[in-house]
Amino acid sequence: MEERISHFLILRNINKNYGGVKALEKVDLDIMEGEIHCLVGENGSGKSTLVKIITGVVKPEPGGKIEIKGESFEFLDPLTSFLKGIHVVHQDLSLFPNLSVAENIAIHEHIMKKSGLVNWKRIYEVADRVMKRLGIYIDPHIQVEKLSVADQQLVAICRSLASDAKLMILDEPTSSLTSREVERLFSILRDLKSRGISILFISHRLDEVLDIGERITVLKDGKKVGTFRKEELDKKKLTYLMTGRELAFVRRSKGLEKKVPILKVENLTKYGQFENVSFELHSGEILGLIGPRGAGRTELALSLFGMNPPDSGRIFVEGKEVSFKSNRDAIKHGIGYVPENRLTQGLVLEQSVKNNLVITILERILNDFRLIDEERKNKVAEEMVRKFGIKTAGMDVAAKTLSGGNQQKVVLAKWISTAPKILILDGPTMGIDVAAKESIYRLVSKLANEGIAVLFISDESSEVTANCDRIMLMKNRKIVGVFKKDEISEEELERRIKE
Amino acid sequence: MMRKSRWKIYNQTEFYLFIVLIVLSTILAFVNPKFLRLENIFDLLRNYTFLGILALGQLVVLISGGIDVSFTAIATVSQYIMGVIISKYYIDNILVALAIPIPIGIALGLVNALLVYYTRVHPVIITISTLNVFYGFLMFITSGRWIYKFPPSFRNFVQIKILSFTSAKGTPYGLSILTLFWIIVAVMTWFILKHTNIGRKIYAVGGNLEAARRAGINIFRTYIFVYCYMGGLAGLASFVQAQLAQIIQPNAIVGKELDVLAAAILGGASVFGGSGTVPGAILGVLLIAIIKNGLVLMRIPAYWHQVVMGAIIAGAASVTALQMKFKSRRMVRKNVD
Amino acid sequence: MSIKELLNTRMIFKKTQATVLGFILIFLIILMTIMTRGKLLHLSNLQAVAFQLPLLGTLTLAQMIPMITGGIDLSIISTANLSGIIMAFILTKLSGWYTTPLAIVVGVAVSLVVGVLNGILVAYISVPAIIATLGMMIFIRGVALVLTRGYVIAGFPDSFVFIGNGDIFGIPMPFIIFFALILLMLLILNKTRFGFNLYMLGSNITATEFSGVNVKRVLFNTHLLSSLLAGVASIIMISRFNAAQADYGQSYLLLTVLACVLGGVNPAGGYGKVMGVFASIVVLQVVATGFNLLGFSSHLANALWGLILLIVMLINRMISKAE
Repeated sequence: MEERISHFLILRNINKNYGGVKALEKVDLDIMEGEIHCLVGENGSGKSTLVKIITGVVKPEPGGKIEIKGESFEFLDPLTSFLKGIHVVHQDLSLFPNLSVAENIAIHEHIMKKSGLVNWKRIYEVADRVMKRLGIYIDPHIQVEKLSVADQQLVAICRSLASDAKLMILDEPTSSLTSREVERLFSILRDLKSRGISILFISHRLDEVLDIGERITVLKDGKKVGTFRKEELDKKKLTYLMTGRELAFVRRSKGLEKKVPILKVENLTKYGQFENVSFELHSGEILGLIGPRGAGRTELALSLFGMNPPDSGRIFVEGKEVSFKSNRDAIKHGIGYVPENRLTQGLVLEQSVKNNLVITILERILNDFRLIDEERKNKVAEEMVRKFGIKTAGMDVAAKTLSGGNQQKVVLAKWISTAPKILILDGPTMGIDVAAKESIYRLVSKLANEGIAVLFISDESSEVTANCDRIMLMKNRKIVGVFKKDEISEEELERRIKE
Repeated sequence: MMRKSRWKIYNQTEFYLFIVLIVLSTILAFVNPKFLRLENIFDLLRNYTFLGILALGQLVVLISGGIDVSFTAIATVSQYIMGVIISKYYIDNILVALAIPIPIGIALGLVNALLVYYTRVHPVIITISTLNVFYGFLMFITSGRWIYKFPPSFRNFVQIKILSFTSAKGTPYGLSILTLFWIIVAVMTWFILKHTNIGRKIYAVGGNLEAARRAGINIFRTYIFVYCYMGGLAGLASFVQAQLAQIIQPNAIVGKELDVLAAAILGGASVFGGSGTVPGAILGVLLIAIIKNGLVLMRIPAYWHQVVMGAIIAGAASVTALQMKFKSRRMVRKNVD
Repeated sequence: MSIKELLNTRMIFKKTQATVLGFILIFLIILMTIMTRGKLLHLSNLQAVAFQLPLLGTLTLAQMIPMITGGIDLSIISTANLSGIIMAFILTKLSGWYTTPLAIVVGVAVSLVVGVLNGILVAYISVPAIIATLGMMIFIRGVALVLTRGYVIAGFPDSFVFIGNGDIFGIPMPFIIFFALILLMLLILNKTRFGFNLYMLGSNITATEFSGVNVKRVLFNTHLLSSLLAGVASIIMISRFNAAQADYGQSYLLLTVLACVLGGVNPAGGYGKVMGVFASIVVLQVVATGFNLLGFSSHLANALWGLILLIVMLINRMISKAE
């Protein structure tokens, strides 16, 4: 079925080497006018390099061809790319928090104009026109820093529309949106498509890719696996194409028989974040906590870890009521927390792998004079690297040099070595590749079998149903259901999350 | 989601500053009725023009996310060169005198801009260094000699008044022409920040440097504008200071950098960049002026002035920090709604 | 320290910076040795260095700790002067066997009070260190001026003056104190929990807090330790000058920052080793003595210091760009 629409962008034979490493190899890409095209691939598959070539930030190796609406280029520079209508909505949105909504939308009025003066009337007109076009309203006078993340994202989209985007590249646009906000975003994207604007949607959330995309291009190890119509794919097949292997979840076999409640939460409430949360967690159990983003999962986890004092309700650890003044109190009671954001909360990226590993267990490497014993420190750290199979160039290299999966292993290792009774994992497999995911699942399962109680927070119903003994569903700040393993299928859980 | 109008005036630093200013003035007026006399107010405005102009320059640098502590050295160097030229060649033309320090200031500002942009080191460290380089070499070359033989036009200029009155005792007083400089610079700075593209780019760069770069804003040019503007105003301010003092002492200005920074920060400019307004910078200077004047009127020894200033800076910074803490706590809640 | 550890220190210490520093300053020392016809390296001059170095050195150590957290302490010189003035009051008003120890205890206590105030502002109220310590610097200098009305307080007991001018087996007392401080700092930064946490916090305060470190306490202690070192510097300073005043040593503030940056402390936080800073202090002091011998005024010396710092930063940038 050939539709009568023309190409907006054609890439042919794009190569890019970084000092001998082939980041991209013979990649072709076609984007039609008014098409929603998705780009998927694991970390390091070349997605971001490809985007940088399209936006003119990096030059491809000679020999390739870039064609925008019939005009050929060997490479692009940022200005040309921009003037041709290729705009990026970055993951961090790249907005100016101190400027008004209108100015953010019409920022190119400042940059592109030759005259030195600001035409305020025009700035408000532009903002007004673009927002009307999208059928949304945000007070144009308000400062962007006062908006919610979802509204900020709309401002970023408005900004690229204002400067006449023909191809809008959205880089992980849904990573901090609630499910309702994602729906709103998608309806806006479909609307843009109907007006002939092309969209390149980059995401690692395959459900969303399969929902919004018309065609999907898969990259793997810098090579293009292929471009597929949505109808040709399902999640399983897409995963296979991305990773070259089936993500066969080894379903967790039954855990320990004798279950002792170790954490008990009663009517825990923090207004505006979560309400009347009650549950029990047993040692040796993996309890999944799933729900749409924005449901209050992370806020709840932080309260259990002593970093977000609740307004009311009670927490019991091993039968004794506790009240945490800080996360140090929680740690003393045997709670560990692997945070949501590995790069900013989980690791001190600039410092060595060794120091990141021992930061939680300094007490153990102090000698009789309360001084750090280097030998013990090295021994402990090396043992952890071995035990958790962390691949690193050395103990003294900065943590930022590690791959995502190995970084996450460092975070897990530093908490597991505190010998916690309760381990809270907040999105432990987010943004890491399949092989690393599997080893993390195995590790968590092993920990539970050793008697640790695990609270496993996740977005993905597939990993929760495969790995957890029980699953709690949280929606709109409340726990709305608890299911035993095998009591609920992946599809059913997915449906309940969405409804 | 609440949508607030921009006209919520009591949300703004300037409003609080204004209230503090009124309250302090009232107290001072009770303590010493002299304070509210037009004569005293005009004197105050004239004497603080120097500080006022510099605070406006610093404001622009702070908004861009930078900071400049070398402006006192820039002022000293440009003032000294002006003094040497007009006294040596006895140039009896005030416009020429005025035209000398400004380009020198701009040139030295350019040095700062280039170093800040090129080295990517925090501007505090860069400008502490240039402060020492500029000032050190000037003192080395001049050995700190004073200049005081000025042509008549230079001596008489300071006497010019825009508004003239006669006091009850028969002595004339009025609004000094120097204060007019402050007013002009204030209007100019306000216009640049609010109504020119470079002004908005300065806010953008200070608000989010990376986003500014991605949006295609020329960071280099923005830095050049910002530091040269500060330098040019330092040159102008040095002219004003020389007029008031009628003597050029190379050690008269260096050491005032903290007063200027304090005024700009009191006026709501953030050291993290992106925020600050012209009315705030003016109110900040006036607040410092009134406090210092008040201390004099209350016959508190000069030694105490620094104690009070330091306490005010620490206090104002604490209030701002606590406000930010409270705000971020509220933001968490709002985002979740 | 074992050799292995020294090598370790080297690895973290920024190599480029160390090389640049080394080249420029060794070049300067050779140049000045020639210009002073070898006088610079005479024993008497080296001894002068050993007497002068501890003051700059101790103040630099005081600056180094907050700089590792990514902050700065602008109030160290004022703190040293205030402590000095209080000590001077005791030393001149009281006389007895207890005068010197009492003065030292009270002087150190005064510096700790300043440290507590800085710590509260920075750690618990979250005021940016540069503004908090700026305000404190003006405030403390004000208090010092109020106490002295600008006069110099001079004439201390011999037992106190000995600290700044005496020697034991030919080794100047100030140098012995400084040497002890260097050892102490090596211990604190490399071997204690506080030191470990300091570097982690300097690189990423959020992740450090998530790991269960009491970051507020670490920041508080940072300023406490910084002010304490300023207090010790004060003892060295006023005993050496046999006088105290509100405005001594203002030009040292730039020099401490210079010494830290040259010694490999990253102003953005997270990096900086005691030995790097120590090397930078030694070389700076030799160069300063050279300036003295050449008859350079303090203004010219300051200008040259500024110039050197700028050149080093430019070269650093060129090197990192080339990489």
